[in-house]
Amino acid sequence: MKKIRVVHYINQFYGQIGGEDKADIAPILKEGFVGPGMQINNLLQERGEIVATVICGDNYFNENLDEATDTILGMIGQFNPDIVIAGPSFNAGRYGMACGAVCKAVSEKFNIPTLTGMYIESPGVDGYRKYTYIVETANSAVGMRTALPAMVKLALKLVDGVELGDPKEEGYIARGVRRNYFHAVRGSKRAVDMLIAKINDQPFTTEYPMPTFDRVAPNPHIVDMSKATIALVTSGGIVPKGNPDHIESSSASKFGKYDIEGFTNLTEKTHETAHGGYDPVYANLDADRVLPVDVLRELEAEGVIGKLHRYFYTTVGNGTSVANAKKFAAAIGKELVEAKVDAVILTST
Amino acid sequence: MVKEIERCGIPVVHMCTVVPISLTVGANRIIPTVAIPHPLGNPNLTPEDEKHIRRNLVERALKALQTEVHVQTVFEK
Repeated sequence: MKKIRVVHYINQFYGQIGGEDKADIAPILKEGFVGPGMQINNLLQERGEIVATVICGDNYFNENLDEATDTILGMIGQFNPDIVIAGPSFNAGRYGMACGAVCKAVSEKFNIPTLTGMYIESPGVDGYRKYTYIVETANSAVGMRTALPAMVKLALKLVDGVELGDPKEEGYIARGVRRNYFHAVRGSKRAVDMLIAKINDQPFTTEYPMPTFDRVAPNPHIVDMSKATIALVTSGGIVPKGNPDHIESSSASKFGKYDIEGFTNLTEKTHETAHGGYDPVYANLDADRVLPVDVLRELEAEGVIGKLHRYFYTTVGNGTSVANAKKFAAAIGKELVEAKVDAVILTST
Repeated sequence: MVKEIERCGIPVVHMCTVVPISLTVGANRIIPTVAIPHPLGNPNLTPEDEKHIRRNLVERALKALQTEVHVQTVFEK
């Protein structure tokens, strides 16, 4: 039997090129497996092998989406794969977006199956679940050992063309594809059974989960900017030098509120970043690159804006759970309303 | 975070480099920025030029805040 040809996509970190300082590398092609690919290759046993690995820096990919995708498609095409596996990326935001985008582009261009692995809260899930198979993983690489066997198992089914069952049973995140089938019990009975279970406070599984469209409508625009108070908020982790409240470099459990009265410029001596998910060199040298206090002071002096709010709010968006981010922002929003702030500039890295 | 602050009734402009993430999290006014580790700067430029692009980006953010929008809007250059 012909061996299944797999091309594997990973980032600079798993590709053993380097950390955040190498996140801007353009795509590199290597024959055979690299990093976590070794374990994928082992799990494939005699059924298949990783013929090539494409490595790309997370920043490069996300900052040059079209160009990076084209280059990577060119690299992958040369190897004539039966399937492309990306990641797993766990809860890494940029990496997840890259894995999702590569899978989507490959499926569309070469019409072959693709799959990746992510933590359910990763932004790549919402962005790409419709276009590829995403095996649900833990939120960090601690989950590598369980993620890879699940991914390989699903990969083999996809290549073999085995009809897949319920996403939950197969271990991937539902893609929103509905398929008709004959149920042993007719609909009216199932509905009544469900209703009785509900009335009795017993567990039941709906057959049609309502989609959650959690969108907030845009607020009205600012009519007179010269009278408006503008507040700065960031998920880029800018803090006073020394990080006095010890905001964590990843999976932040808190946010900070800091006084910028009297500051016309953030410098190496006064501010830095606590964020552990991007190369901190540039923000540490000049935090205005993330939190533009200097130009807002100018605009305030020129009367373009009414006032820069006295405090800025900050947290680290790296791996921070959606629940925490929501909680922080609800508290920040409440304070900003009380302080009569008119508009917010929120910066993210 | 953008969405939760917007929910409190304050218009928010999101300045970020990875626009697809911003769209996914539900930002309504989006300004694409320079690069992930330095969204509002560029260490390859002179300090004057760097500040100039920062000012330009912030002015665009203020303009976005003064623009009525009904759906998620990316304010390109």
